[in-house]
Amino acid sequence: MKLELRGITKRFGTMTANDHVNLIAEPGQIHCLVGENGAGKSTLMNVIFGLYQADGGEILIDDKLVKFSGPGDAMAAGIGMVHQHFMLIPVFTVAENVILGHEPTKFGTVLDIKKARERVLDISKRFGFEVDPDALVGDLPVGVQQRVEIIKALMSDAQILIFDEPTAVLTPQETDELMVIMKQLRDEGKSIVFITHKLREVKEVADKITVIRLGKVVGEAKPTASANELASMMVGREVDLDVNKAAAKPGKPLFKVAGLSAWDHAGSKVLDDINFEIHEGEILVIAGVQGNGQTELTEAIIGMHGKTIGSIELDGRELIGKNVKQVLDLGVGFVPEDRTEDGLVADFTIAENLMLDRSDRKPFVKGLNLQLDFLKKFAAEKIAEYDVRAQGIESKASQLSGGNQQKVVLARELSRELRLLVASQPTRGLDVGSIEFVHEKIVATRDSGIPVLIVATELDEAAQLGDRIAVMYRGKIVGIVPSDTPRATLGQMMAGISA
Amino acid sequence: MKKAFREIVNGNIWLSFLAVVASFIVGGILIAFSSETVQTTATYLTARPTDFISAVWNAVFGAYDAMFRGAVFNYKADNLTFMIRPITETLAYATPIVMSGLGLAVAFKSGLFNIGAAGQIVFGAMFAGWVAIFVDLPGYIHFPIALLAGILGGALWGALAGFLKAATGANEVIVTIMFNYIAILLLGYLLKTPVLKAPGSVNPISPPVHDSAKYALLMGDQFRVHAGLIAMLIAVVFVWWLLNRSSIGFQFRALGHNPNAAKVAGINIGATTVLVMAVSGALSGLAGTSQIMGTEKFLTLGVAASFGFDAITVALLGRSNPWGVLMAGILFGGLRAGAVTMQANQGVPIDIVLVVQSMIVLFIAAPPLVRSMFRIKPQKEDAK
Ligand SMILES: Nc1ncnc2c1ncn2[C@@H]1O[C@H](COP(=O)(O)OP(=O)(O)OP(=O)(O)O)[C@@H](O)[C@H]1O
Ligand SMILES: [Mg+2]
Repeated sequence: MKLELRGITKRFGTMTANDHVNLIAEPGQIHCLVGENGAGKSTLMNVIFGLYQADGGEILIDDKLVKFSGPGDAMAAGIGMVHQHFMLIPVFTVAENVILGHEPTKFGTVLDIKKARERVLDISKRFGFEVDPDALVGDLPVGVQQRVEIIKALMSDAQILIFDEPTAVLTPQETDELMVIMKQLRDEGKSIVFITHKLREVKEVADKITVIRLGKVVGEAKPTASANELASMMVGREVDLDVNKAAAKPGKPLFKVAGLSAWDHAGSKVLDDINFEIHEGEILVIAGVQGNGQTELTEAIIGMHGKTIGSIELDGRELIGKNVKQVLDLGVGFVPEDRTEDGLVADFTIAENLMLDRSDRKPFVKGLNLQLDFLKKFAAEKIAEYDVRAQGIESKASQLSGGNQQKVVLARELSRELRLLVASQPTRGLDVGSIEFVHEKIVATRDSGIPVLIVATELDEAAQLGDRIAVMYRGKIVGIVPSDTPRATLGQMMAGISA
Repeated sequence: MKKAFREIVNGNIWLSFLAVVASFIVGGILIAFSSETVQTTATYLTARPTDFISAVWNAVFGAYDAMFRGAVFNYKADNLTFMIRPITETLAYATPIVMSGLGLAVAFKSGLFNIGAAGQIVFGAMFAGWVAIFVDLPGYIHFPIALLAGILGGALWGALAGFLKAATGANEVIVTIMFNYIAILLLGYLLKTPVLKAPGSVNPISPPVHDSAKYALLMGDQFRVHAGLIAMLIAVVFVWWLLNRSSIGFQFRALGHNPNAAKVAGINIGATTVLVMAVSGALSGLAGTSQIMGTEKFLTLGVAASFGFDAITVALLGRSNPWGVLMAGILFGGLRAGAVTMQANQGVPIDIVLVVQSMIVLFIAAPPLVRSMFRIKPQKEDAK
């Protein structure tokens, strides 16, 4: 089916998120939608999926005018959306999740699990998903959960599939697998709209590229365009895709982790005798496939992990045994992996989010009184510095685009008096321009003599940003190598083979 | 459930207003149905519909008019005292409801569904009552000490529930409900022992509080309204400051909206939970002092009356906003004051007021219902 948008306009208060957008997604094509953070991509997709009502413009499917008052209408019309935040129920099996939302229409009033299982197996086989219909969704890796979302969309026979930044949460391997799946879907004649900030993905799968900036379509690009051309179209200026940094001048080892082991609630070992040092003025990247202990390592550092033994030393002070507040007070900046869950309070304003970890100290608080004037000034400075696109400092975090949410977290953490910076996937969800900026910030932090620990799943980023790379596998550090180590070697290490 | 709860707590104050209007309409229909004249005229409705309509009008208007005269201003009375007494009665009833409602508002804003206002009022009243009744102190310090004892009593009882949640992960709803029973039963027991019972009395009732520990009457002894009203207004301003202008309140709200992010930002979840419940309980304790040292002046099992329940409704109706709670509390005070007159003058059963109150709960708990009744679109942001 062909999807056509004509003059779609969507406003939030005084701000126009989509301004007369025209777009055609053809069957058998992957249509990439790219543009800066806050350009209006997600908004446009939400309009198509019936989550938002457009203030103007028309949606046509196969040249027929349609109107959606909710996602139900959109699904019935053959549109499927794979959300960045999955809408799955973890305690249900795959088959149960898949019938949810479809039960009355597709299977009659009785829950027909058997039929659902069959269809899951069917679709799974057709596209090589390898999804077990009886597995509990909560036990599945993120990449597989995403496939469940795709199956869900395909169950209702969606002909138009929307993917809003699906790869932001995936490991590089999972991403590659998703690319294969998308190509297969395209070859089946589906129309696919795919949003991503990653140029590599655009170049790999796009049949057509539309660039959006400030809510408007600013042009189309050829998939054959170079990465630099694409990048500058996306953000409207020249972008340096490499990290510019001078060679590290490491000083004393200020941050030392020795003999660190940790166990989860069930009692299995999640960190196994971790040892490393980070010197002042050095960036150490922890690389590895997600889920090999990186999360637990960062949690142990900031004092959130329960059972831990060993030693974590910053400036000669032991961190183990300290609570989160005590650790933060020693000057640790922490960018959590999951910004919406752990980094932001969605209902708070940008300004409030910027003082979230500082609500007990001057100059944000005097006595017990919040210093709202200071906060206003501070927040205004930060959103200008980090180029957070929002109506103002009073905008709620929930009203920001994904990338702009991430910028708020970064602005907060990088503006502390730092002695150590720990950042998990600091550039997740950011556009190429913002990535350049954040990388510069992180390098500047390093150059001011602060040890920096970055968790990265992308080898590109690990190699560009890191001075040294530590590869984790199953809770252990397989080895610590210089950042110019060949990809192949790193890849092997990530599979657990020590160099 | 937390999400639905958050939607109610942070919902639109406009919807609260409509919920009240809708409840009064339903109340009016019930009044009409239960009126005998309306029932009789209905039997010959087709013959003389005007009779029926005027009967309905008389029943509903009569009842609400009586309620107005009982709750706000009695324009039919023959002297000024009787004319203005209704509004002072309303304020007297409203005082403990607002205080306790403010306490719940603090908890609700912090994501804790404290259902334990009743128990916390009882504890406040017991502590304050014991000081006010059994301790002999000079006038100028007796009152403040009794007041502090009451606040402390409520705070302790609240904090204990908060501690159980923080330490064991117990659900605060269940803990606070159980704590209500414990508090009431403890009061009942103590009222049978010399700890609180009046010597020589056969009933579970305490001796009267000392004059030195009473809230001063504000308008002379013709009126019940007492200085608790001033304490209530101070409490409103205090809660507004706490929630909107203080660092502690900021942490409370962060906990309420996203405990994970609060934790990562270094806010101590356990300690904050205990503190929230202590502040929440303290305000209900204050309501207890208003009851024992202002209105009732004896400790009985009825000291918390239905205020614990009313406080929940008022906190929800006021969207946990201190000014909203103040207005909702005065409305509830008015319903109580007015109900008495309505029954006496018009023979409308007092239960109608309970129905109106319950309808309010229903309407605020079901925002989509009110929205569809008044054809209001949901807020756009909801979509995300
Ligand atoms: N519910 C909302 N209320 C107010 N403003 C909103 C709302 N949702 C989005 N916006 C604003 O609309 C603009 C477009 O946001 P959108 O989420 O569509 O961006 P995006 O292109 O998806 O960006 P990203 O790449 O960061 O995900 C942003 O400036 C955002 O602040
Ligand atoms: Mg987006």
